[in-house]
Amino acid sequence: MTETAAETRSIVVEREIAHPPERIWRALTQPHLIGEWLMKNDFEPVVGHRFALRADWGAVLCEVLEVESNRTLSYSWGDEELKTVVTWTLTPTGTGTRLRMEQAGFRPDQPRYYYGAKAGWPRFLAALEQLLARIG
Amino acid sequence: MTEAQDMLFRTLADPTRRALFERLCREGEQTVGALTARAGISQPAVSKHLGILKQAGLVHDRHEGRQTHYSARPRALAPLIDWTSRMTGFWESRFDALEDLLKRMDQ
Repeated sequence: MTETAAETRSIVVEREIAHPPERIWRALTQPHLIGEWLMKNDFEPVVGHRFALRADWGAVLCEVLEVESNRTLSYSWGDEELKTVVTWTLTPTGTGTRLRMEQAGFRPDQPRYYYGAKAGWPRFLAALEQLLARIG
Repeated sequence: MTEAQDMLFRTLADPTRRALFERLCREGEQTVGALTARAGISQPAVSKHLGILKQAGLVHDRHEGRQTHYSARPRALAPLIDWTSRMTGFWESRFDALEDLLKRMDQ
C-alpha cells in the first residue's frame, strides 16, 4: 500500500507462480476461465471494451484500458463514485512467472467504501452483528 | 482499538440503534415519526437512540418546521473498515483461486 502525491492509494498483490505467462494470460483473458477464479463476466481482450464482473452481491463495471499479450492487462474497475484501475503485469522468471496486480486510484475520502449502501452496508452490518455477538 | 472505533462499536452494539441506522442506510432520510411507526418503541426512546447515533456521527439531522429528518452517514463507519486491507484480502483469495485453476489447466 502506497500513498502518492495525489493522495490516492494502491493495492499491490504479487506472487511467483510456477506456470508460464501464456497460461496465466489465458486465465486472465478468457471469460470462462476468468469466471472460475474471479467473477462471471463478458470480458474481451480489446481496448475500449466495456464489461461487467458479476457476483451475488452485484456487479463491477469495467473497461479494458491496455492489452499487451502475455505481458500487461489493464482495466478500470468500478463506477464513477469508486473508480480504480486494475493492472496485471506478467514477468517471466526461470521457473514460471512473477504475477503482479495493482489496483490504483483509491481516494481516502471515497464516499462509497464498499460498493455503497446497496450491496455493502447491509452485508457489513450483518458481519458486524456476528462480530458483536462473538465478543459479547 | 481506537477511540473512534470503540465509540462506533458501542453505538451499534444496541440492536435498536443498529436497526434504525440500517433503515436509514437502506431507505434514505426519514422523520422521527416515520421511524417510530415501525420501531416498536416510543418516540422519546427513538429520539434518544437517534441522539446517540448522531453523537457517533452515524446520522445527520435536519430541522424543517416542526419535523426533524434523519439521514444516515455511512462514511462514519470508515474507521471500522480499512478499505485497502479488505481489498487486499479479496485479491489474495482471488490469487489462490487463480493458482488452483492454473493447476487444473495443467492437466
